[in-house]
Amino acid sequence: MQGPDHTLDEILTLAAAHFKVPREKLSPDQDFFKTLGIDSLQVLDLLTRLENHFHIELPDYELQGVSDFRTLASRIQSRL
Amino acid sequence: MGKGETLSWERSNGVVEVELHREPCNEIGSATLVDLEQFAAVLDELERECHALIIHSRQNAGFCAGADLRELYQRSQGMEKEAALRGVREFLERIHRVMNRIDASSLTTIAAVDGVVFGGGLELALVCDLIIADKMARFCFPELRLGLVPGFGGIPRLKRDLGNAVIRDLLLTGRSFNATKAQQVGLVSQVVAEGEVLRVARETAAQLGKFDQRTAVAAKKFIKPIPYEELRREVDLFCELFVQPAVMAGLKKFVESADAQPYLP
Repeated sequence: MQGPDHTLDEILTLAAAHFKVPREKLSPDQDFFKTLGIDSLQVLDLLTRLENHFHIELPDYELQGVSDFRTLASRIQSRL
Repeated sequence: MGKGETLSWERSNGVVEVELHREPCNEIGSATLVDLEQFAAVLDELERECHALIIHSRQNAGFCAGADLRELYQRSQGMEKEAALRGVREFLERIHRVMNRIDASSLTTIAAVDGVVFGGGLELALVCDLIIADKMARFCFPELRLGLVPGFGGIPRLKRDLGNAVIRDLLLTGRSFNATKAQQVGLVSQVVAEGEVLRVARETAAQLGKFDQRTAVAAKKFIKPIPYEELRREVDLFCELFVQPAVMAGLKKFVESADAQPYLP
């Protein structure tokens, strides 16, 4: 199983590529709603991309209140 | 060729294509209902000349985000509870007639879905014989968050197609499934790469045209019964729940959300 730092790095890379934000502008504790300028619909899009990438299922209610990449990574890590 | 405010249809090589094109994500309100009724009114004629029907979306956000909750909330405001309930029941009965008509069509029907396939959008997909999904499609019945159950025929049609445990998961948790999961549980017949869903649906429709049409119609009728009695009971249950205070509170929260599309629970 990959480590949490690796998971976090993959999430940041995937988010940067999909939402066309320079990777170096993203950091673990940022609010991804604000940093990426996305709404809840786009968060669902990100969730689907992450599920497909990591081959996991992450119920969307587990994202309730989650707005930073680090917490998102911990939710994903718990499913790997 | 037909064109309404929220959708249009055309036919080519024996295939009817219905394209949903209402901003932002084909929410089903009174305008969509009128357009669906107009489409249903010409379906007899289309069935004489075609063998397949594809329903798809032109919107980037996805196939359909479900019922137009903003319209439902706004129309219910300032009305007596009984009048609002009468309006809801009339809407449901009309949309059930349309859904049942498409469900019973002699055409082989394909929902080509991508992005958001939520609530009434999933119910529209469920009337079709086949669901082909873009790998980025997401399926959900969020109605319990509003104190409701699906009202456009979702539960009876899910019960027709899927195991009860999956239905309980979808309905009682309100969580969304991705396309891979949807295929695993038997909701979706094919999952395709991003942007390929309409092409694959057209190829599938072309394949269907190779078979004897009368045989295809007989096979469909044999394996796809329409659960009319449960559908009727679903309308009653929805109306029973609609008058509960939790519903207006849930709708208000949704409508007043700062998020343009507040889809997370």
